[in-house]
Amino acid sequence: MTANGLLQIGLFLLILVVVAKPLGLYIYSVYEGRSILGRVFGPVERGLYRLFGTREDAEMNWKTYTLAVLAFSLASVILLYALQRLQGSLPLNPEHLGAVSPDSSFNTAASFVTNTNWQGYAGESTMSYLTQMLGLTVQNFVSAAVGMAVLMAFIRGFVRQTATTLGNFWVDLTRGTLYILLPMAIVVSLVIVSQGAVQNLSPYQTAQVLDEIAQGDADGASTTEQILAMGPAASQVAIKHLGTNGGGFFNANAAHPFENPTPLTDLILILAETVIATGLTYTFGKMVGDTRQGWAILTAMLIVLAVFMTGAYAAEAAGTPQLEALGADVVASDVNPGGNMEGKETRFGIARSALFATATTATSTGAVNTMHDSLTPLGGLVTLFMMQMSESVLGGVGSGLYSGMLIYAIVAVFIAGLMVGRTPEYLGKKIEAFEMKIASIIILVMPALVLGFTALAVISADGAATIYNTDPPAHGFSEVLYAFTSGANNNGSAFAGLGANTPFYNTTIGLAMLFGRFFLIVASLAIAGSLAQKKAVPASEGTLPTHTGLFIAMLIGVVIIVGALTFVPALALGPIVEHLSMIVG
Amino acid sequence: MTLETRAQSRPLLDPPIVRQAVIDAFKKLNPRLQLRNPVMFVVLVGAALTTILLILAVIGQGEAAQVALDNGVSPEAAAQASRSSAPFIFVITVWLWFTVLFANFAEAMAEGRGKAQADSLRKTRRDVMTKKLSSPQRTAKYTLVSAPTLRKGDIVLVEADDIIPSDGEIIEGVASVDESAITGESAPVIRESGGDRSGVTGGTRVLSDWLIVQITANPGEAFLDRMISLVEGAKRQKTPNEIALSILLSVFTIIFLLATMTLLPYSIYAVSATGEGSPITVTVLIALLVCLIPTTIGGLLSAIGIAGMDRMIQANVIAMSGRAVEAAGDVDVLLLDKTGTITLGNRQATEFIPVQGVTAEQLADAAQIASLADETPEGRSVVVLAKDKFKIRERQIHELGATFIPFTAQTRMSGVDLDGRHIRKGAADAIRAYVEEQGAHFPQAVQTVVDDIARKGATPLVVAENKRVLGVIQLKDIVKGGIKERFGELRRMGIKTVMITGDNLLTAAAIAAEAGVDDYLAQATPEAKLKLIREQQQGGRLVAMTGDGTNDAPALAQADVAVVMNNGTQAAKEAGNMVDLDSNPTKLIEIVEIGKQLLMTRGSLTTFSIANDVSKYFAIIPAAFASTYPQLGALNVMGLTTPNSAIASAVIFNALIIIFLIPLALRGVKYRPVRASALLRRNLLVYGLGGLIAPFIGIKIIDVILAALGWV
Repeated sequence: MTANGLLQIGLFLLILVVVAKPLGLYIYSVYEGRSILGRVFGPVERGLYRLFGTREDAEMNWKTYTLAVLAFSLASVILLYALQRLQGSLPLNPEHLGAVSPDSSFNTAASFVTNTNWQGYAGESTMSYLTQMLGLTVQNFVSAAVGMAVLMAFIRGFVRQTATTLGNFWVDLTRGTLYILLPMAIVVSLVIVSQGAVQNLSPYQTAQVLDEIAQGDADGASTTEQILAMGPAASQVAIKHLGTNGGGFFNANAAHPFENPTPLTDLILILAETVIATGLTYTFGKMVGDTRQGWAILTAMLIVLAVFMTGAYAAEAAGTPQLEALGADVVASDVNPGGNMEGKETRFGIARSALFATATTATSTGAVNTMHDSLTPLGGLVTLFMMQMSESVLGGVGSGLYSGMLIYAIVAVFIAGLMVGRTPEYLGKKIEAFEMKIASIIILVMPALVLGFTALAVISADGAATIYNTDPPAHGFSEVLYAFTSGANNNGSAFAGLGANTPFYNTTIGLAMLFGRFFLIVASLAIAGSLAQKKAVPASEGTLPTHTGLFIAMLIGVVIIVGALTFVPALALGPIVEHLSMIVG
Repeated sequence: MTLETRAQSRPLLDPPIVRQAVIDAFKKLNPRLQLRNPVMFVVLVGAALTTILLILAVIGQGEAAQVALDNGVSPEAAAQASRSSAPFIFVITVWLWFTVLFANFAEAMAEGRGKAQADSLRKTRRDVMTKKLSSPQRTAKYTLVSAPTLRKGDIVLVEADDIIPSDGEIIEGVASVDESAITGESAPVIRESGGDRSGVTGGTRVLSDWLIVQITANPGEAFLDRMISLVEGAKRQKTPNEIALSILLSVFTIIFLLATMTLLPYSIYAVSATGEGSPITVTVLIALLVCLIPTTIGGLLSAIGIAGMDRMIQANVIAMSGRAVEAAGDVDVLLLDKTGTITLGNRQATEFIPVQGVTAEQLADAAQIASLADETPEGRSVVVLAKDKFKIRERQIHELGATFIPFTAQTRMSGVDLDGRHIRKGAADAIRAYVEEQGAHFPQAVQTVVDDIARKGATPLVVAENKRVLGVIQLKDIVKGGIKERFGELRRMGIKTVMITGDNLLTAAAIAAEAGVDDYLAQATPEAKLKLIREQQQGGRLVAMTGDGTNDAPALAQADVAVVMNNGTQAAKEAGNMVDLDSNPTKLIEIVEIGKQLLMTRGSLTTFSIANDVSKYFAIIPAAFASTYPQLGALNVMGLTTPNSAIASAVIFNALIIIFLIPLALRGVKYRPVRASALLRRNLLVYGLGGLIAPFIGIKIIDVILAALGWV
C-alpha cells in the first residue's frame, strides 16, 4: 500500500461526507415537490401527469403502491423482452445484429428492470443502438427511480402516524427521474464526453494497429487492423453509474477506454454511483425530522466501506507469491504499481481498482474498471462480502436503505431494545411481531436465493458444465457463488470465467434477480404500511437512542455478523480456501 | 412499606423440584410439544437422524461404508469402516439428545417452581361444605352444599371459622377474614358490605362474625383457580415480544439450515473438483447445524417466560397475563395515589407556632390536652409532637376530669373542657367564628400564619383557649423516606411519575415538589383520572396505575398496566390486569423492574447465543473439510486435537451452556435503573463480547478433556 493509494481512498470518503447534506436536501425538496429545478422541468412534470391522468394528490395505500410498482415493472420487462427479440427488424441497427435468444432476452429484461444489470451478453456484439437507448438506457433511469420511490414510501411509513397511505408511486417515479437522475446524468455525460467517452450513432470503425500483432489468428496470419465499437455510450454510462445499474455499454464495462477514458472520469463514475445513495441517508434523516438518524446510518455505512475498501486495497497491493515467483515486481515504486496488476488497467492502478471494485459491489452498481475474476482471493472475498451484506452499505439507490440498512436497523433495534428491557422502537415506531416477521423474511430471501441456486448449480450437470475454471478447484466454486450473489443482490458484476450465457444460468440468475428485487419491495412496503398506521411513541430516557456511537457499533455488528454467519461456510470453500492454498503455494 | 424486592422464598435449585424436572425433561420429548419451539424441534429431528445413522453405522451400513465402497474397497472393509465411525456418531448423538433434554429440563425447572407454588395454593382449596341461602337474609333457610357446585349469583352464609367457598361480593355483614392462604399475611383483614372492602376471595377463612356473600365466579373461574393455572404455566400464552423474538430465532434457524444443508452439494462439488477426500457427512452437518442455531436462547426461552411470572408471584403479585408483565417493562407514565404511596397515611403535626405572648410550650401543652381524646391520626400526632418537642407527658383525660368535645360537622372543631378552660382546636374559620362569637378578636398575625402554612401545602389547625387564640399547629403530609430517590431512579429509567390526589392545587404542588414527582393531578375525580390516562395514551405512552375502589374501575380498565390491591373491590379486580396480594401501592415500581428484567434476559441470551456461533465455525469448518481442503486447518485457531474432537467439543459445549445458563434464565439478568444506552453498553459487553469469547475457552477445555480421556 502506498500513501498515495490510501489518500485516494480517504479523499473519496471525504467527498461523500461533504456531498451528503446538500444532495440530501435537494432530494428531499424534490419529493416534497419543491425542487429548485421546478421552473425548468415543472411544465414537463405537469404535462406528463395530464397525459397519463395522474392526480398529484391521489395518495396510495401500501397495497396500491406495491401494485403500481409491480405493474410498471412487469410492463417494463415485457417491453424490453420484445425489443430484444424484434431488434433485427427495427431501425438504428447499423451492425445488423439479430434477435437475442429467448433465455438471454428474459435474463437481460429481468436484469435491467431489477436494477441489477447483470450481463450474460457482450453489448457491442449483441444489442442494437435502439435496444441500448430505448430499452436499456430507459430502464437504467426508471429502475433507479423505482428504487428511490419505494424508499420514499418506506420512509413515509416512519414519518406518518395513524395513516393508511404512503404517497403516489407515479408522482414519486416521475419526480425522481425528472429532477434527480436526468439533470445529473446530463452533467456527468457531458463531462465524460469531454474526456473522450464516445457518443455517436456511427457504424463500428476499423483502425490500423500501431504494432502488428504476430500469431494473432488461428491460421498464423498477423493482425494489422482492429474494429472499434461505437455507439451512444456516454449517455448510458452516466446513468448506469448514477442509478447504480452497472450494465456496460461495452462488454469491458468501465475498463473500456470509450466508457471510462481517464482517471478523472474514473473518479467521477465512482462518485456518481455512490453520491445518490449517500445523499439519501441525509434525506432519510431530514424526512423523519432528525438528521442525526441519517448521519448515524451513513456513518455505519462509511465505516464498513472504509474498512473493506482498505482491506481490498491491502490484498491487491500485496500481490501473490505466485506472481513473485514468476519474477513480477510486486513491490510498489515510483514507476511500478506493484501488487497484483493482473486484470487491472494501467491507467487506474492498484488503489483505484480496489476502490472501484469495493464501491461497485458496496453499491449495487456492478460496473467494473478491473476484472474481478483476477482479484486476489481476499480482494475477491471483499467484493463478494460487500454484496452478501444485502447491499446495505450504500447499496442500490433507495434499495440500500429500504431492503438493506434500515431493515438491519430494525433488527438491531429489536435486539437492543430487548437488552434494555423495553419493547423496541425505531424512530418512535414500535417494532412488533409483524415488522419482525417481514424484516426476517427480507433478511432470509437473499441467502436462500444465493445458497440455494449455488447448490443447484454445482450439483446439476447443466450448471457444472460451464464451470470452466477448475485450477485452483475452489475458484470455479467462487465464480458460481459470485454469480448468484450478484444476481440476488441486484448488483450485476461478475467474476466471469463462468459460462453464464446458457439457458440454465440465464434462467436461474434471472429468477434470483426478480425475487431479490420484487419480493423485497413488496415486503418493505408491507412494513411501511404497518408502521404508518402506528402512533409515534415520544422519546424518553428509557428510549434507546439510535444516533449514538453505541448504536452505530451495534448496527455494524448486526450487518457483519448476520452476513458472516450466513456465508462463512460457503466462503470457506471459495475465496478462503483459495487464499490459504495460495499462501502455502 | 417494602421498597426492596422481596427475598426469594424458594432456593433456586430446590432438590424435589430438580428431581421432578429431570423426569419431566424426558416426558417433554414428545414431538408434538417440541413443535411449539421451532429451534428445539430442529435439534430433536437432528438427534433422531443421527440415531438412525448410528444404528446404520453399527450394522456396517453407515455413511462411512458408502464412502469406502466408492473408493473401491471390499464390502467387508467398508463394513469395518462403518463400524469404526460408530463411536464418533455415538458421542454426537448422545450430546444432541442431551441438548434437547437440557432445554426440556430448563422449562421443567421453571414450571416446577410454579407448580410448587400452585400446590401450596391448592391445599387451601379444600372441598368445603357451605351454607347456601335461599334468600339474602341471615335468618333465611340454608342448605349445606359442596363448594364446587356453587355458581355465579348463588348466595351463601359464611360464619366464624368457615372457609369462604368461592370469590364473591359481600351483600351484608362485617367480619374479620384471614387471607393468609393467599397473601401470606397473617394479620386478619376487615371485610364489609358496601364500599371498597366488599370483595372476598375463595379459600380464605372468616375469623369472627358473619357475612352474606353473593358468589361472583363459576367453578374453575375463581381467583384461586386462575392463580393456580397461571403459576403452573398451563395457560401461559406467548407474549407479543416473545412472539417477535421467536420469529427472529426461527429465521436464524432457517438461515443456518440453508447454510449447512447447502454445504453438502458444495462439498460434493469440492471433492469432485479436487479429487481428494470425501464429502461432508450428514452427522457433521447436523452437528454443525445444531451448534449454529440459537439453541441457547431457544432452549431457555419458555423457562425465562415462566420464571418471569414466578418472580411476580415471589413479589406477591398475580399477573392475569404475561402480556401485562411485559407491558409493565414498557411503562412510560406511572400514576400514583398520594396517600399511602407517596406520603405516609395521614397528615401529622410538625410545628407549633404561638401568637405573641404565648410560648410554644404553652401552646403545645394546650394542644396536647385538646387532642388527648382525639383518636384520629392527626390528633395522635399532636400528642406525640408535644411529647417529642417539649417532653410534655401524655396525660389520661379521665384522670384530669376533663370533658371531651368531639368533632362535629357543624362546629368543625374539637377540644376539651377542663376546670373552666375551654380548649378548642379546628380550622381557622371555625375558630374565628368561635372566638368572635365570644366577642373577642381573631388576631391578624394568626391569619397571616394560617395563610402561610396553607400556601406551603400544609394544613393549619388553630388552637384557642376560651376566647383567646394561642397559636397554630402545622399539620403536614409526611413524604415517605427514600421515595424521592426512587422517583429519581424511575426518571432515569425514562418513567414519568404523576401524583394523584384529592387535595387542592396548592397542597398538591407543595407535596409534589417535596416528593420529586414529575407532575400531579390535584382535586382528582375518577373522570379526571380517566381523562389523564387517555391523554397520555393518545400521545403514545403506556400508563400504569394502582387502584382499589370501584370508582377506580374505569381508569383501571383504561390503563395499560393496572395493579389492583387485593383488598380492593371485585369490580376493581376485574378491571385490572394484576393483583397485588400485599396491597402495597409502591409495588408498581417492582413490577416495572420485573417486566424489564424479563425482556432483558431474553435479549441478552439471544445476543449470547448468536455471538457463540463465531467460535463454532472456527471449530467445525476446518474439521468438516479436513480431508478435502487440509489448508482450512489454518482456521483451527483453538488448536483442537482432531477433527472429531473439534466437532464433538463444539456440540458438547453447546449442550452444556444451556445447563450453565439455567440459573440466569430463572433469576433473570440484573436490572439497574440507569439510562438505556448505559444498560445496552453493559449488556453488550457482558453477553455480546462474553458470548464471543467464552465458547473459545469452553470448547478448548472440553477438547483437552476429551483428548485426555482418549475418547476421540
